[in-house]
Amino acid sequence: MSIDSATVRHIARLARLAVAETELESVRSDLARVLHLFDDLAAANVDNLNPLAHPHDQVLGLRDDVADQPDRSEELLALAPAAQGGYYLVPKVIE
Amino acid sequence: MSSASLAALGADLAAGRTSAAELAAQALDRAQQHAALNSFISLQPEAALAHANSVDANRRAGRDMHALAGIPFAHKDIFCTKGIATTCGSRMLRGFAPPYDAQVVERLAAAGAVSIGKTNMDEFAMGSSNENSAYGAARNPWDAARVPGGSSGGSAAAVAAGIVPFATGTDTGGSIRQPAAFCGITGLKPTYGRVSRYGMIAYASSLDCAGVLARSAADCASVFSAIAGHDGRDATSVDRPLEDVQALLPRPLRGLRIGLAREYFGGGVDAAVAAQVRAALAELEKLGAVLVDISLPSAHHAIPAYYVIAPAEASSNLARYDGVRYGHRAADARSLDELYSRSRAEGFGAEVQRRILVGTYALSAGYYDAYYLRAQKVRRLIALDFAAAFEQVDLIAGPTAPTTAFRLGEKSDDALAMYAADVNTVAVNLAGLPAISAPAGFVDGLPVGLQLIAPAFAEARLLNAAHQLQQATDWHTQEPQA
Repeated sequence: MSIDSATVRHIARLARLAVAETELESVRSDLARVLHLFDDLAAANVDNLNPLAHPHDQVLGLRDDVADQPDRSEELLALAPAAQGGYYLVPKVIE
Repeated sequence: MSSASLAALGADLAAGRTSAAELAAQALDRAQQHAALNSFISLQPEAALAHANSVDANRRAGRDMHALAGIPFAHKDIFCTKGIATTCGSRMLRGFAPPYDAQVVERLAAAGAVSIGKTNMDEFAMGSSNENSAYGAARNPWDAARVPGGSSGGSAAAVAAGIVPFATGTDTGGSIRQPAAFCGITGLKPTYGRVSRYGMIAYASSLDCAGVLARSAADCASVFSAIAGHDGRDATSVDRPLEDVQALLPRPLRGLRIGLAREYFGGGVDAAVAAQVRAALAELEKLGAVLVDISLPSAHHAIPAYYVIAPAEASSNLARYDGVRYGHRAADARSLDELYSRSRAEGFGAEVQRRILVGTYALSAGYYDAYYLRAQKVRRLIALDFAAAFEQVDLIAGPTAPTTAFRLGEKSDDALAMYAADVNTVAVNLAGLPAISAPAGFVDGLPVGLQLIAPAFAEARLLNAAHQLQQATDWHTQEPQA
């Protein structure tokens, strides 16, 4: 399947990956090569097969509804590149 | 160079002929001597010696000691280590020190095994050569111009060079088995869910699996026993009794049916590699195993299915790296969107970005059915292939990798050529099965790996077969001249 520059721009936007306009064509041709690999999937006979999302088709176990993790918000917040007063700092969202 | 088995090291420790502190110091020295292999992203000498001293004190005090107590080893830098830098081979996590230990880290620390450092790897475990590390490529101890394989390349190189007797690894599409094959050591990828993924940085969650790289199957069995088991903190961890894999190692192989999958010896597999693997299988036959020709007719769909599913899961898992909560943050972003997209473009390397884009595409509106859903149906087909084969045989065999270790730079500019290196390993992850790569001799002085695949939860059968092979051959005891 071919892929055009507009689609690459759209996918990069969905993935929140900055792609410079000057790199767009090289990213496009690179992705087109990889996507070509997947043409093979169309040839597989998968009629009447259910998709397999997980190797053991297992039902996830339930645990008792008890809190067993301590509050480590300060520890976690300390990992942030920018934080203040117990909050993560980001560029202004609302003008 | 240290090539002693874990049992021999344990006996020396128990008898007081050596100490945990001495073994740790020797391992740290060897890591320095082999610095050119770049097998470590970081070493923790102070923490290692402090832990070793406490293990020695416990032993002197007459406490009960685990078989691994006092033995030095290394963790792949994908496992979170509390307060110790955990990079996952990425610029994104440069300087990241997690506030908790992974389950595998907890288990080995509790056993008294002494971690000396964190090993090199392809960024976020995406790669088959270790060349995708933001901390430089690791090198193969058998030939420094060649790759050690990936993504657990640093772990494999460190064990093969004799720096440590074992190292942890993870395997999403072959990342334990292929580097084990390229470096002439033994690598065990357990059944999906057998070892907790808690604290193991996620790549593709329905495929990711923690395991071990060591010299021998017996050593792998010892470490596997220490790390396997249920953990409520990983929702996909399996709650099911463990076999005593060590007690089952001596079982004779008489009557064991081993299926030679025709597809694993086909097309892209180097003829000399295939011949060497057949020679290893002939040794198993001499031990009483029965070789049976079988077919896995959907094997050729495994690479495309894997390279849709793994990137799709990666695109979702790696969405967490946003420049806000931890990890790399772009400077001077003017908006939140710009902060996200520039932090990610700066923090992730080329292959990680490629897989995020491919995965996002495969999951996006309009393409989901043709790619992701279809790949999941093909995944079912592949699992059914294995199920049918295991009606006939007890194990499935083939070469772990289609070639011996390739040269640095040989495939690094061609993603598809690199993906093809995983042709015999990815299907195992799609089906969630356990598999082992064991040394099977050499081609032109470079190691070859025999892959054995078992039904789910039959790790004991794999380890037994590889151990018996290693009782009859000496390929696993060969050491690189370095």
